[in-house]
Amino acid sequence: MSKSTHRGTLLAAASMATFLTVTACGSSEAPSTNAQSGTSQGASAPAEPVTITLQTFGGGKNFGYSEAVKEWNAKNPNIQIKYDNVAENFENDYLPQVLQWLEAGSGAGDIIGIDEMAMGLMAARPQYFADLAQYGLDSRKSEFPEWKWNTGVNADGKLFALGTDVGGLAMCYRKDLFEKAGLPTDREEVGKLWPDWASFIKTGQQFKAKLPKVGFIDGPVTVFNAILTQEAGKNGGLSYFDKENKLVVDTNPAVKSAFDTVQQISEGGLSAKLEAWSDPWNAAQKTGGFAAMACPSWMRGVISGNSGEENSGKWDVATIPGGSGNWGGSWLAVPSQSKHPKEAAEVLSYLTSKEGQLFAYKEAGGTPSTLAGQQDPAVADSVDKYFSDAPAGKIFAASTQSIAPIFFGEKHSQVRAAVEKVINGADQGAIKWGEAWAKFVAEGQMAGN
Amino acid sequence: MSLDLPAGRAGGHRRRRGAVRVRRSFLSRLDIHAAPYLFVSPYFVLFALFGLFPLVFTAWVSLHDWQLAGDKDWVGLANYGELLADEKFWNATYNTVGIFFLATVPQLLLALLLANALNKRLRFRLALRLSVLAPIVTSVVAVGVIFSQLYARDYGLINWVLGLFGMDDPIHWQNAKWSSWIAISTMVDWRWTGYNAIIYLAAMQTISRDIYEAAALDGASSRRQFWQITVPLLKPTIIFTVIVSTIGGFTLYAEPVIFGGGSVSGGTTGQFQTVAMFIVKEAFRDFEYGYAAAAAWVLFLLILIAALINYAITRGLGRSSR
Repeated sequence: MSKSTHRGTLLAAASMATFLTVTACGSSEAPSTNAQSGTSQGASAPAEPVTITLQTFGGGKNFGYSEAVKEWNAKNPNIQIKYDNVAENFENDYLPQVLQWLEAGSGAGDIIGIDEMAMGLMAARPQYFADLAQYGLDSRKSEFPEWKWNTGVNADGKLFALGTDVGGLAMCYRKDLFEKAGLPTDREEVGKLWPDWASFIKTGQQFKAKLPKVGFIDGPVTVFNAILTQEAGKNGGLSYFDKENKLVVDTNPAVKSAFDTVQQISEGGLSAKLEAWSDPWNAAQKTGGFAAMACPSWMRGVISGNSGEENSGKWDVATIPGGSGNWGGSWLAVPSQSKHPKEAAEVLSYLTSKEGQLFAYKEAGGTPSTLAGQQDPAVADSVDKYFSDAPAGKIFAASTQSIAPIFFGEKHSQVRAAVEKVINGADQGAIKWGEAWAKFVAEGQMAGN
Repeated sequence: MSLDLPAGRAGGHRRRRGAVRVRRSFLSRLDIHAAPYLFVSPYFVLFALFGLFPLVFTAWVSLHDWQLAGDKDWVGLANYGELLADEKFWNATYNTVGIFFLATVPQLLLALLLANALNKRLRFRLALRLSVLAPIVTSVVAVGVIFSQLYARDYGLINWVLGLFGMDDPIHWQNAKWSSWIAISTMVDWRWTGYNAIIYLAAMQTISRDIYEAAALDGASSRRQFWQITVPLLKPTIIFTVIVSTIGGFTLYAEPVIFGGGSVSGGTTGQFQTVAMFIVKEAFRDFEYGYAAAAAWVLFLLILIAALINYAITRGLGRSSR
């Protein structure tokens, strides 16, 4: 995510809090080997040249497809891709716009990007998407982790979307602040400080004792999402909904457990009380307003974009308490309104292939979702210059190996937005923690039913 | 049209052209009767397209359980019933009315006093009048962003100033109803006070100097002149500004959205969510079009009621002091 696009635009900052620019936000990644140049997927040439519009979302380098598209367009004169990043913000701008296009029957691209939080919503609307199996894409099943594949299967049991990247979880931290607080700064040793969340809280208290005015973590929501994905993995992959799309906010132990840990962190005074994706949150990354933040792979792009070049080398990446987790990641789908679904499916297949994903990783930093892509040396051996040359590939790949599948209900994003408000409210004092769980459940039920 | 022409000449003219008259008369009648409507029609065509149609269509949508890119089932008035029982809607209404009062009452009073001051003989009068109008040309978004930074919890100017006066705990302006309402009201006032002042000023200049001179001769103080001559004579203008402010206040959207960091939820517990934000949230975050359409219609009725109440109150201005 480039500095100018992220911080410069008042308008962007204003009309949206960059709420979940989830996938591929770029980072100054330097893979140690070059991704091998692509081979086209055997595009059968139609008589007339066809233009396939590819619509994505996200700040900075978003999906990171410029190079992949250039490569394809050079090799396939008959199928040209037009790469159009529609909006920076998924939830507030991109999703409402795309839904209106789907409803209107025109306007949507031949291929559209979908963030994980809307996958349940899209899967419940099979009438708007082409069946990718019809174009032979079901043959690619073995390349993906099972959960990533299954999330792309809709309510009619048809394959409608293929995965691009996965979250992978680590903990990003400020070395300079850790040093001031007398904590170790080496990423190996920092990782050893917190094998689990209880020891993470203990570390936070040590930090707080030395630097009482600085937050140990940014705010409650990033940690909450990280723990929720971990706990959901232990509870059959469920977060807010069960597989019958019934709301389980109140009964799912994963939700309660994540909530309780966050309450402990907040009541212990470890939070800087910042709302994720807000301007003060962006600013605090630059000024050192907090020391650590749960960090999916793509979050590195957000941090480096917000903190700026002058803070290069102050951030580092360690393993997350609990070892692994998965937050974020996207899919590509072909709307049924596309006039060239066959060609669109071909392009989609190319972009989600190992080759396409390596292009995207190099450009924007989203960890490939294909197993072969994750193991490729271009990913596995890559280091992140901005994050003190951390072996990002190794750290995030390790965390994605043991990823637990997570199921997204139709109203996942609405419920998530509603309950996150409550957590922020409790953290900032607008809601008493004693009353917060009841409110959390009530708000979740109101949004999800 | 009555041109004062000699009767004979006009008559002769008519007689000579008698042959073409029959054929012409239809066209000329059309010209006289239809042309004016044709000339004003662009406004009405545009209004029908962009005003009336959305109104009617919104009413139609509001009678359905209408999901964006989803199911659309007829539910009759159920959306309205659900809305009237929705405490979030009433919270949004309460916020809207509260911010409206907090913003509009000081704003119009200040505008009135400002206009009165600008109506006096002053040095640099033109420069002063122009400077009062300046905020109106700034974009709402810019105002929202700048004010949100002024009111920021951690690095905000206002908390810094308060800190100089010994306030140690920085105020988190978004966190409570009172503080967020004040912050949003100041944004609204900063932008609109000058606009209203100029309108008042224009109206004041139409009031004849003779009345003031006569009052001055009778020994009325300038203060008394203001309240008993200026204000009553400005009544139609005041009614206009009150109604325009009511519409603006009830559809308040951009300032609180930006103040809330781009979210239409208006704070963690909806401390400053206005009805307009509520509608957008229902339609474009929760994708409940039907419900949002019902809320939009209720907002329309609320504005109508509020405008009528305000009209009744302002019409009585100056009457009590008689």
